[in-house]
Amino acid sequence: MSAVDIRGVSKVFGSGPGQVEALKDIDLSIESGQFVSLIGPSGCGKSTLLRLVGDLLPPTGGSLTVAGKTPHEARLSRDYGMVFQQATLLDWRSVRANVELPLEIMGASADERTARAEEMLELVQLGDFGGHYPWQLSGGMQQRVAIARALSFKPSLLLMDEPFGALDEMTREAMQDELLRIWERSKRTVIFVTHSIPEAVFLSQRTVVMSRRPGRITRIVDIDLPYPRDEDTREDRRFYDKVTEVREALREHE
Amino acid sequence: MTTEPHSDPDVYSAFEGDLPGTVTPSALRRRLRRYVPALVLAFLVLVVWELVVRVFDIEEFILAKPTEIYSTFLDEFDTVVEAGWTTVREALLGLALGTVFGVLAAVATARWAGLREGLLPFAVAANSIPILALAPIANQWFGLTSITAKAAVVSVIVFFPVMINTVRGLTEVDPGELELMRAIAAPPREVVRRVRIPNALPYFFSALKVAAALAVIGAIVAEYFGGRTASLGFYITQQAGAFKFAEAWSAIIVGSFLGIAIYGSVLLLERWAMPWHVSLRTADDR
Ligand SMILES: Nc1ncnc2c1ncn2[C@@H]1O[C@H](COP(=O)(O)OP(=O)(O)OP(=O)(O)O)[C@@H](O)[C@H]1O
Ligand SMILES: [Mg+2]
Repeated sequence: MSAVDIRGVSKVFGSGPGQVEALKDIDLSIESGQFVSLIGPSGCGKSTLLRLVGDLLPPTGGSLTVAGKTPHEARLSRDYGMVFQQATLLDWRSVRANVELPLEIMGASADERTARAEEMLELVQLGDFGGHYPWQLSGGMQQRVAIARALSFKPSLLLMDEPFGALDEMTREAMQDELLRIWERSKRTVIFVTHSIPEAVFLSQRTVVMSRRPGRITRIVDIDLPYPRDEDTREDRRFYDKVTEVREALREHE
Repeated sequence: MTTEPHSDPDVYSAFEGDLPGTVTPSALRRRLRRYVPALVLAFLVLVVWELVVRVFDIEEFILAKPTEIYSTFLDEFDTVVEAGWTTVREALLGLALGTVFGVLAAVATARWAGLREGLLPFAVAANSIPILALAPIANQWFGLTSITAKAAVVSVIVFFPVMINTVRGLTEVDPGELELMRAIAAPPREVVRRVRIPNALPYFFSALKVAAALAVIGAIVAEYFGGRTASLGFYITQQAGAFKFAEAWSAIIVGSFLGIAIYGSVLLLERWAMPWHVSLRTADDR
C-alpha cells in the first residue's frame, strides 16, 4: 500500500471567467518511507497539491488516499506533520510552548511534552532558545521551530512547504543534513516542496517536476544517489548530472 | 551547525533584562527615565500658568493660580475626596458591568455568524450615539442620588467599544494559525482557547484602556445632570456656578487622579495578562 496515492486530481479555484486552474490531472504515487521533492515555477500549484494531500483543501476532481485512508481520516488520526511556507508560530507562546502545542492538543502529559520539546529543539539546534518568544528569533530560527513542532508528535507523513526558504546557504545545508538524518532514522514519508534544484536533488529519492498553467507534472526524475548523503555527495559528478537533468526538465516547459 | 546563534553576543544581549516579566534595576531606571520629559513639561506648564496669572493680574474668579488651587485643594481635601469616592464607585461599577456584558456579547457574536451580521452593524452605529445624553433618563429610572444611575450610563458607554473590539479580536485571526490548528486536528474548543482568546487579548485591552478613561469622564458628566452632593460632577457644577474656580479645580484634580489610577491599573493588568505583547517590547522599554 502506498503512503500517498494521487489519481487524476485537479483543483480549480473560483468560478466563471476569474477562475484559476491550479492543478490538472495529477497522478502520483508515493511509497511508504519515500522522500519526494516537488519543484516547479512559482504559482504552479505546489502548495496547493500539499494542501490537498493534507486535507486543508478539497480537490475539484480525482481522488487521493493517504495510507489507504481519505485525507480527512488521515488528518483526524494525526498522520500529518506540516511545515508551512510561513513559520506561523503563535506569538503568545514561548518557543518551547510552540513546539509543545500539538502534543498539548493530543493530550500528552506535561513531562512527556517537556522532554519531547527539549529533544526537538536540540535537533534543530535551538536548545538554548526554549524560553524565548518568537519575535526574539530570526526568520530562519522561527522556521526551525516550526520544523521542531511538526516533528514533535512523530507523524508518519511530513508535508514540508519550502521550509528552508528563509535560511542562508550554510544553515540551509546543515538543516538538509539534519533532515536526512531524521528521515533515515525514522523512515517517514516526506513530501518536500522547494525552489532549489540542488536541494531537491540532494534530499530526495524522486524529484517531481511541475509546470505552470495549469499545474501539471511534466517529469519525475529518479535520484538514484546512495544514502547517507553528505558533503561528498554535493561534489559528486552524478549529483551534478541529476541537477542538470532536473534543470532541463524545468526549462522544457517554460 | 555553522551559524551558532549564541555566537553573536551583541544581538542577543540586547534582549537581556527586557525579557517579558523581568525587571532588572537598569531596566527599571530606564522605564522611570522616560517619564522625566512629561514631568518636566507638566511643571513648566504650571509655572507659566502661575506667571501669566500674576503678571497680567488676572482676577481669581476668571482663572485661579496653581498655588491658589493647591491651597484650596488642601483645605477642601476631605470634601473632594469624599466626592471622589462616590464618583470612583460609579465609574468602577459601570466599567465592570460594561466590560462583562461587552465580553459576553462579543463571545456570542463571534460564535454565531448570524448574530454577527445582525448585531455588529448595530453596535458600531450605537457606538457613535452620544450615550451620555441618556443620563437624565437613567437618573429618573434609578433615582437621582443612586450610584446605579451613573453606573448604568457608564456601563453603556463602556459596553460598545469593549464588545466591538473583542469581536474583532476573536474573529480576525491569522488564517495560517487556523490552518495550523486544523492540520493537527484541534477540536474547536481548543482553537478558541489556544488561538482565538490569546489573539483577542490585545484588542480587548486596547478597548479597556479607552473604556477606563471614558468611565471616569462618563461618571463625572452624568453627575452634571444632578446627583449626590458628595460627587465630583455635582460639586464641580456647584462651585463653578458660584465662580469658586479654585474649588472646582480641586475636584478636577481628584477626577484626573482617578482617571490616571484606573488607566494605570488596566495597564498593569495588561502587562500581567500578556507578557508577550508587541507594545511591551518596543524601543521605549530599553
Ligand atoms: N485560496 C486560493 N484562492 C484562489 N486561488 C488560489 C488560492 N491558492 C492558490 N491559488 C492559485 O493557485 C495557483 C497555485 O498556487 P500555489 O500557492 O499552489 O503555488 P506554488 O506553486 O506553491 O507557488 P510558490 O512557489 O510561489 O509558493 C496560483 O495561481 C494561485 O494564484
Ligand atoms: Mg507555495
